[in-house]
Amino acid sequence: MDKLSNRPLLEVKNLRVEFPTRRGTLVAVDDISFSIQPGEVLGVVGESGAGKSLTGAAIIGLLEPPGRVAGGEILLDGQRIDNLPYEKMRRIRGKEIGAVFQDPLTSLNPLYTVGRQLTETILTHLDMSESEARARAIGLLQDVGIPAPERRIDHYPHQFSGGMRQRVVIALALCANPRLIVADEPTTALDVSIQAQIITLIKRLCREHGTAVMLVTHDMGVIAETADRVAVMYAGRIAEIGPVRDVIQRAKHPYTEGLMGSIPKLGNAPARLAQIDGAMPRLTAIPKGCAFNPRCTKRFTPCTQLRPDPIPVGATDVACWLYDQTKKAAAE
Amino acid sequence: MSAPLVVATDLARYFDVSKPLLNRLLEKLPRQTLRAVDGVDFTIAKGETLSFVGESGCGKSTLARLVVGLYPPSRGSMMFDGTDMSKLGSSADAARVRKRFQMIFQDPYASLNPRWRVGKIIAEPIVVHGLMSGPAQIKKRVDELLRQVGLSPADQEKFPHEFSGGQRQRISIARALSSNPEFLVCDEPTSALDVSVQAQILNLMKDLQRELGLTYLFISHNLAVVYYISDRVGVMYLGKLVEIADVKTLFARPVHPYTRMLLDAIPDLEMSGRPRTPVAGEVPNPIDPPSGCTFHPRCPYANDRCRAEAPRAIRTKTGAMVACHAAEEGRLPDLERTAAPPPNPLL
Amino acid sequence: MDAVRRFVDSDVFYSFRRSPIIIAAAIVTVLFFAGAVFAPLIAPQNPFDLRQLNLMDSSLPPAWLPDGLPQYPLGTDTQGRDVLSTILFGSRISLLVGVFSVVFAMILGISLGLLAGYVGGTVDAVIMRVADVQLSFPAILIALLIDGVARVVIPRELHHDIAIYVLILAIGFSGWVQYARTVRGSCMVEKSKEYVQAARVIGRHPIAIMLQHVLPNVLGPVLVIATIHLALAIITEATLSFLGVGVPPTEPSLGTLIRIGNNFLFSGEWWITVFPGLALVVMVLAVNLLGDWLRDALNPKLR
Repeated sequence: MDKLSNRPLLEVKNLRVEFPTRRGTLVAVDDISFSIQPGEVLGVVGESGAGKSLTGAAIIGLLEPPGRVAGGEILLDGQRIDNLPYEKMRRIRGKEIGAVFQDPLTSLNPLYTVGRQLTETILTHLDMSESEARARAIGLLQDVGIPAPERRIDHYPHQFSGGMRQRVVIALALCANPRLIVADEPTTALDVSIQAQIITLIKRLCREHGTAVMLVTHDMGVIAETADRVAVMYAGRIAEIGPVRDVIQRAKHPYTEGLMGSIPKLGNAPARLAQIDGAMPRLTAIPKGCAFNPRCTKRFTPCTQLRPDPIPVGATDVACWLYDQTKKAAAE
Repeated sequence: MSAPLVVATDLARYFDVSKPLLNRLLEKLPRQTLRAVDGVDFTIAKGETLSFVGESGCGKSTLARLVVGLYPPSRGSMMFDGTDMSKLGSSADAARVRKRFQMIFQDPYASLNPRWRVGKIIAEPIVVHGLMSGPAQIKKRVDELLRQVGLSPADQEKFPHEFSGGQRQRISIARALSSNPEFLVCDEPTSALDVSVQAQILNLMKDLQRELGLTYLFISHNLAVVYYISDRVGVMYLGKLVEIADVKTLFARPVHPYTRMLLDAIPDLEMSGRPRTPVAGEVPNPIDPPSGCTFHPRCPYANDRCRAEAPRAIRTKTGAMVACHAAEEGRLPDLERTAAPPPNPLL
Repeated sequence: MDAVRRFVDSDVFYSFRRSPIIIAAAIVTVLFFAGAVFAPLIAPQNPFDLRQLNLMDSSLPPAWLPDGLPQYPLGTDTQGRDVLSTILFGSRISLLVGVFSVVFAMILGISLGLLAGYVGGTVDAVIMRVADVQLSFPAILIALLIDGVARVVIPRELHHDIAIYVLILAIGFSGWVQYARTVRGSCMVEKSKEYVQAARVIGRHPIAIMLQHVLPNVLGPVLVIATIHLALAIITEATLSFLGVGVPPTEPSLGTLIRIGNNFLFSGEWWITVFPGLALVVMVLAVNLLGDWLRDALNPKLR
């Protein structure tokens, strides 16, 4: 591999997202760093309130006020995009970064045909004639597996079923051949059989177009099927990030371990599921030290005092004091 | 085995989804009926867990509401321990039966009255059924219930918004248990919860079943959850029961092509690298279902008979009840699923 | 105590504290209510007690103008009544009619709205069609109609005694539709929620569910409507009294005062009509501001 292709497509450094409220500032995403290589699928997984969706929103520059990026940098291809003015960011969104959201209905304008929405997006970002754009739109619909695209292009969003609508949204995200797609829970609103279709579609598109994907979801199954690497988030921090096989089958962080144990699986039905007691802390009451420590069965002295930073263990980075040799030795 | 606790015979519920009268007259539209549940038979034995799975729109939630009497059936009957539920008025008899079953709902944010304190919410069935008299006695019972579901007795002074989703679901369970029911209908009780919390609730439900000898009717779209909690499983498609069998049989040797499809669509956490060929098609509009077997447009084994004639349930040699012409005629290849399934011969 | 602490800590109180205009509106409203309730105690004179009136002091201008007397700060009318005192007593009648007609409209509207929303079907259709028909007439017309019918039906000698009650019924009846519509809408939303279904599974009586479960959860928007409706009811009462079909002149409301004073406007005694008018405007404005703020504060979607 030469030096050039070694540069990550997206780099997030020490990102911090805050919500100022009258009772003080809530830190929803707290000092997280990761990168995505070209063509790579990074899964970001976590339970509700972990900050995974906000991380995605920060990257595409669509944080809902009063939420704001309060620190850190987001670099796309080595260029900072977190401090761009709105107009510039709008150009990048769609051209360089595509977005797919959970609810396909809200991502489409119900008053326009899907063809019009697709061609408008294409014409905004690419230098094409109207007829070329339409041809490209039909090609995109074909690409995302919509049957009879020549006919369907003139239909309105409500004439599509839920699964087909999500395909249209994916086509919309692909309009300008972006290098990165941020997909926030793209399969959550869909039935299992449709979910499988969309997962397969995302995987295929990634392979064929070389598009990188940041896949935000709460569903470990979707991650296992789709992602190359996975970041597990807890209370605004990354607990563990590494190759998907390592994280899922040899979880290192006690939270990931507990999470994997609590998912019911086919084939072996235990008498009881392994469970993590308690719940994710509210943003107003994040515990001191490691945010997971009150629920952790392997807690020891430093956990309640100091916030762990990611420690490399094999190919994985784990934010857990268990993997800090000096702390561990001191405790024993 | 003793007589089953719940017997549903040809249970059906139709909804009139026609446009308003004026539109129908002007646009010359016919009346439209949604057959949400269309002739379902099942029994539940005491102490067992029967689950229904299916995709959205298959009628599983309507079925749960039919069972507890929130909807009157359009056809068929629902017997609870020998009493016909549709003939329950609001008499004293009705109250005696009603306190023996309860329901747990899907959305922990909508299933508790936001203006009531937790103690009052949990005590409502006790007060309504007149099971206890005196605030002291009721409070003692609420204390006990809160402890039973893993909360603290002090929590009864709080309002629902002070609790997380998982804790609210525990409150829901405490309310459901307060009249000492034998039978709980659970409509997707964990699908709004995070996985780690889902595990807590599923464990709690299993513990309670063991301690109190409860009978569950469990509704879910999540096959892995159903696999964990059930003794028997029914698979629904467009208002009809396509297959019902005990959990081991259904997951190891699924017969109906739709069951096989559902099982194949579960994301693979073991990462066995099995190639997944996604199933084509989506659930059709339930207002205008396909003719014959409603699954035929998506079924690889459909023939002319499937397109014309609705299949009746037959018993297979594994003991499952299956409504499928192909299964009846022996046109389906045998399929045994193991932890690492062989390449699916279906696809 | 707990409830007080929760209120002080709430977002509603926070948005109240942050807005000086709303604080001012609240103070003005409270002053008007206090003035109305305690009018007999704080008014310089009782303008309806003939013994306290002095015809020599009639048509005096406000105190700061030449000829004004300090004991009549806002001047006097042609019969020597202190204008400030008539305003205090007048707003007493205005607020009385306003508050009770709002309460009447609220009870009627909430009951019918709950019934329509919860029972649905034909009951709903009938109630809402009646509401639609009534909405196609202006509220003032409905009030005039009821007032007119009452005058014909009720014997003449009773007119004086029951005029106020008729007025309350007339204004109240013209306003129930708003409550019914809002309550019906929220009731239908709440009815489909699972906590109501849970109560039905237990086997609770529909009326118990309506009153104990649904009602407390639909009261928020009702409170907002009631506040705005209060301002409207005061204006309607003033309009009716101005037209001469409202309260009897022996117990004048602000509207009656304006009508009476109107006759002297062009003879130079402007204060007889301007000050009651000003009082009406300020009172209605304050109540309306409170209502608008309450709507925004209780509806997070608008923020």
